[in-house]
Amino acid sequence: MTGVSAYVQNIKQTVSTIFEGMAITASHFMRKPYTVQYPDRMAVRVQDTLPFRYRGILEVDLEICTGCLACERACPIDCITIVADKDPVTKQLLLSQFDIDIAKCMYCGLCSEPCPTGSIHHTTEFEGADYSLESLIRRFVKDPVIAYKPKKGPETDPRIAPILNRGMAYLDQWAIPGSDKDAANKAAADKALDQPDAGDAA
Amino acid sequence: METLIHNLVAAGTFGTNSSLVAALVIFVLSAVVFLGVAFPFAGIVSWVERRVWARIQSRVGPNRVGPNGFLQWLADGVKHVCKEDIVPDDSDATLFKIAPYLVVLAFVLPWAVMPFSSSLILADLNVGILYMTSVTALTVVGVLMAGWASNDKWSLIGGIRSAAQIVSYEIPAGLSIFPIVLMTGTLSMQGIIKGQGWAPQHWFIFANPFTFIAANILYVSALAEGNRTPFDLPEAESELVAGFATEYSGMRYLFFFMAEWGNLFIIGAIITALFLGGWQFPHVTKNPVLMNVLELITFNVKVLALVFVSMWVRGTLPRVRIDQLMSVCWKYFVPIAFINMIGTAIWVAIWPDGNAFMGYIMLAGAIVVAVIFIQRVIFYLRRSRMEMYFKPTI
Repeated sequence: MTGVSAYVQNIKQTVSTIFEGMAITASHFMRKPYTVQYPDRMAVRVQDTLPFRYRGILEVDLEICTGCLACERACPIDCITIVADKDPVTKQLLLSQFDIDIAKCMYCGLCSEPCPTGSIHHTTEFEGADYSLESLIRRFVKDPVIAYKPKKGPETDPRIAPILNRGMAYLDQWAIPGSDKDAANKAAADKALDQPDAGDAA
Repeated sequence: METLIHNLVAAGTFGTNSSLVAALVIFVLSAVVFLGVAFPFAGIVSWVERRVWARIQSRVGPNRVGPNGFLQWLADGVKHVCKEDIVPDDSDATLFKIAPYLVVLAFVLPWAVMPFSSSLILADLNVGILYMTSVTALTVVGVLMAGWASNDKWSLIGGIRSAAQIVSYEIPAGLSIFPIVLMTGTLSMQGIIKGQGWAPQHWFIFANPFTFIAANILYVSALAEGNRTPFDLPEAESELVAGFATEYSGMRYLFFFMAEWGNLFIIGAIITALFLGGWQFPHVTKNPVLMNVLELITFNVKVLALVFVSMWVRGTLPRVRIDQLMSVCWKYFVPIAFINMIGTAIWVAIWPDGNAFMGYIMLAGAIVVAVIFIQRVIFYLRRSRMEMYFKPTI
């Protein structure tokens, strides 16, 4: 007897569940799709909507690069190649090559952390598609440039201070949860400001 | 069709050699139907289907090639034709190459008895529905052949599954056709359609409770025979790589899927002809051409509605397991189909001319179910998170 009732129960269950399922999908015909149609038909560029510390394609600000090779040493997969030699005449550090192979780069961000001046940093750019592997190697040095020497502490240098302070915007906007936002904000900002001092020696 | 041409010939339109003219006209018309209707239909259905699924999943679907992505099917077709035709090593090359054509053959042969209107039928065979079920079963030969000849274990499993599935579901499908044959006493497509009226209460689906169940069983079985989700076990791209189509590329691969999409029309046409009144339309005019056009439109609207339902089902239901598939067929459909057959036989014995009152009751019941369904749809619409649906830029 249980067999027969289970049989009938199975049929009832099948019919009712398919009925409900079809009702759910039918309701979707009346809804609007909410696909973001990425490359075109966007209200704002995606790059502008990304969080500040988004790890996009790396960029080097050669004007404030000290040639310390900290980023090259930090890179776990050796995608950064720097050639920095001392000029025999003027005794200045000359940067003759600064290549980043963004085909190899895995966007871990380890190179930008030890940089004392914030010269190497991530952008919010992520569209790296290209037709050849060679063009994915970003060569930042066209002609040999003289490495930058910070005059004082980098956080007081007028050229570096805005770059270093950009990180604070992230802390203000995104990183502090909870109600006591202002106090935590200030503490975090102070703490973050202390860190570049430690790296100043490099 | 032949009588129509003979009448035109007798009226002196074409000259004297009437049988030759009739054969020529039928030949040309069938070529037009195959090349101009069947194949573009399969292509366009592929685009419609992707759009329908996209709406069910709150996506947009193909919308780049042509207006609203309408030319996507042409682009896909051209891409497939341009691809290299690869035959695997150590495979049975002859069988491997023939298999897709057999599947396409199973898709084009039923068009010979497709009753588009009272005159537009290539051949009104007196075994029409039997012919249709027989030639659609040719798919299993093609799929099994493709699976065996590919020299690949995924293909072989897909082919064997196909044999198990399609041959099994032939039985409930055949048993669900019997009630209609019992009621009309003919196997001819036109004869079956002429046994029904244009109004819904005169359709065979509402003739008695048994035919209503038979219609549903036939529809689900036809979906299973056409390898459609939720019964697309032969070509199960998440378990088997792509089933019997794993080793196929280019145009041969396209043929398999063109046959699958084209089979939707066959499925819809069988259900429409047997249960939904076919091309039946009230006699509003005495002009035969205009009448045929109206009947053609009626038939196609009904068929396309059923095609849409099968896309909707595919967007709703997940794929069943192979043991569930077999238990649905043998433990549920076959016994119920036998009960249907016997019940209809008894019904016909009691009311040889049909029970007109039952038609109205069944129609009222169907309307009640439809109203409950619409209520459920409105319930789910209200329950949806409307804040998620900002104004889209499509």
